[in-house]
Amino acid sequence: MAKRLLVRGNEAICRGAIEAGCRFYFGYPITPQNDIPEYMSREMPKLNGVFIQAESEIASVNMVMGAAATGARAMTSSSSPGISLKMEAISYMAGMELPCLIVNISRSGPGLGGIDASQGDYFQAVKGGGHGGYHIIVLAPASIQEMYDLAMLAFDLAEIYRTPVMILGDSVVGQMKEPLVPHPRPHRELPAKDWALRGKGDGEQRFIKSLYLGDGELEAHNWKLDAKYREMKARETRWEDFQTSDADLIVTGFGSAARIAKTAVMMAREEGLKVGLLRPVTLFPFPSAAFAERTARCKKVLDVELNTGQMVEDVRLSVARDAEVYFYGRPSGTGSLPTPEEILGQIKKYY
Amino acid sequence: MRHDMYMAGFGGQGVLLAGTLLSHAAMIEDRNVSFMPSYGVEKRGGAAMCTVVISDGDVGSPVIGNPSVGVLLNQTAFDKYCPRIRSGGICIVNASLVDISTCPRKDIEFVSIPMNAIAMDLGDSRMVNMVAVGAYAARTGAVSLAALAEALKDTLPERNHKYIPDNVKALEAGAEQIRRN
Amino acid sequence: MQQVFKRPTSLKDVQTHFCPGCHHGTIHRLVAEALDEFGLQKETIGIASIGCSVFLYYYFDIDVIETPHGRAPAVATGVKRARPDRFVFTYQGDGDLAAIGTAEIIHAANRGEHISVIFVNNTTYGMTGGQMAPTTLLGQKTSTSPYGRKPQVEGYPIRMAELLSGLDGVAFSARAAVNSPKNLMDAKKQIRKAFRYQVEGKGFSFVEVLAACPTNWGMNPIEANERVGREMCEFFKLGTFKNTAEL
Repeated sequence: MAKRLLVRGNEAICRGAIEAGCRFYFGYPITPQNDIPEYMSREMPKLNGVFIQAESEIASVNMVMGAAATGARAMTSSSSPGISLKMEAISYMAGMELPCLIVNISRSGPGLGGIDASQGDYFQAVKGGGHGGYHIIVLAPASIQEMYDLAMLAFDLAEIYRTPVMILGDSVVGQMKEPLVPHPRPHRELPAKDWALRGKGDGEQRFIKSLYLGDGELEAHNWKLDAKYREMKARETRWEDFQTSDADLIVTGFGSAARIAKTAVMMAREEGLKVGLLRPVTLFPFPSAAFAERTARCKKVLDVELNTGQMVEDVRLSVARDAEVYFYGRPSGTGSLPTPEEILGQIKKYY
Repeated sequence: MRHDMYMAGFGGQGVLLAGTLLSHAAMIEDRNVSFMPSYGVEKRGGAAMCTVVISDGDVGSPVIGNPSVGVLLNQTAFDKYCPRIRSGGICIVNASLVDISTCPRKDIEFVSIPMNAIAMDLGDSRMVNMVAVGAYAARTGAVSLAALAEALKDTLPERNHKYIPDNVKALEAGAEQIRRN
Repeated sequence: MQQVFKRPTSLKDVQTHFCPGCHHGTIHRLVAEALDEFGLQKETIGIASIGCSVFLYYYFDIDVIETPHGRAPAVATGVKRARPDRFVFTYQGDGDLAAIGTAEIIHAANRGEHISVIFVNNTTYGMTGGQMAPTTLLGQKTSTSPYGRKPQVEGYPIRMAELLSGLDGVAFSARAAVNSPKNLMDAKKQIRKAFRYQVEGKGFSFVEVLAACPTNWGMNPIEANERVGREMCEFFKLGTFKNTAEL
């Protein structure tokens, strides 16, 4: 086994992206993701890659658009307010079907909010944060190893489905350090990039656009995108299951909230309570079937989020009709991160 | 086994370095670990704090509400974090800077060590964090002293490896305090 | 028989959607001629913007990406950094480049990106129906300055070619017009120079081209063409503002 490295979450994403062949990073400083541009500014030149600190989040994501349009693996990262600024280009890239990675090490809001861990950007991430009714794949890592692995997966999924992919984290998974086992990117068959701009040479002209003005053109384009979303739902849902098979109550949550909840679940088990954890790893496509399946038997679900209730809507749409879904939220700010003990209290309340 | 702890003090006491050292030592022992530095607003005013969770199995939450052990290096850290230590837990305090006499808690064990004085005796006041980690390891058995000593190589930048023997001495001095108690 | 005039290879044989008297078609042709002259058609990636010039890919037979409003220089940066061996130019209007995309053009220029920018200034938002642009002249009536642009209210028209020439990252900056045969020939030279800068790896190049928008100016093509010479050339002086390599 490769030597384990003690790595910060933000750095793990960079290592995963670089291992995945990403050589183009464009960003703009914002807390709490600055380790990412700092790491990339140090490493990209050594790899003959490109690092640009752009004049704004807007410019940086548009640089990603440009590099991605040539078929290069490109990424940007930011935190909530900066992601809001990137949303215009994300909508464009969804329409243009351009693969890329966007990392949101989110912070609390609305507005300037604060820099504490938050999951207030769930809706923005999974429901199409920009205009026009699109989706992008959203991955929610809960450990440093996952930050690394999902960064690699993100680039592959982006190319398979020709879509931007977002990694949605926060300062807990971004700032904590855990052992990381580095490994080569798993081999995956990827489609040819017969759409990438290259200068037409002796071939046909290629162009990448999101404007469709002809009769019926845009509707057809939207149905094509929708078919892709349905394919993602059928093939790409991922989740972690921790002791749900005999559970009388299933705790759910994503990312850092799920990590905290997991300890609460372990504490409950120590006390003899049959409690499990179901953690969506893909937030879009949402693992609805995993919820439906488990709630055919277990009728109580407790959803824990660092907001006032966002993913819970998707949970409610996914569970069996007669299952109860309870919600415990801590819209975060300084001192508002819930503890495992606190979640254990909630488990006992609904168990 | 699962060990969770807070370590807190002010910036410059090497709290985050000590947490990183613990994490590396746990990895040397093939354990799982998570190291969570306090971030942002909590960092202001020169305060430093981290949570370390070491486990043979799943680490679970990197965030702990009530740790089983607190290693608290100054009065501010003590006043803030001592109340959070789990009932039946251990509070290792830097007696050189912390007055515990007004603390009402009877349900936790106090281990008072004059860390600054010991560090000064060793000839370097910056060794307070090593004394603290040595004491923590000896009292809880979370990691071995040998692993800590070895982990210094992974923790300190290459240019500071010449100080490893001094750091090892400080780790041992901390542990010695526990053995003597 | 010798052929003395033909459609540039870089342009497609299609009719444009541009209004009668609009200068975009002429400027498209000048750009295509320059691409042909340098033999760039097969290695060019064009960056289209938002406005009347959005359909670059319908008229140019080159690879093209259509970018969000104002962001063409940022997208061009990404393209050029990923493919430094390709010829990259943006084609932007005044609303796109001098209003919403001000940050992007200033910083792409200031970084000295090895791209060429064709900036078409017709003092109005053409595509959206003739609203006030950052380059709208004082006193000029538009659909959102119906009483005429007043400096106390709307500020002053902005001179991009001069402004950019002050940046160290800019190698070449010029302004041209296509309202007369002489100006058109000069415009062709300036565009050719700008492209030469990139071809020879000499840095960021910028050409502002003054253009007529008869439809939104409420003029016929002849009046509009005359206005370019009479009013626009008066305020937006033609010439070369920076030419570091003295090409």
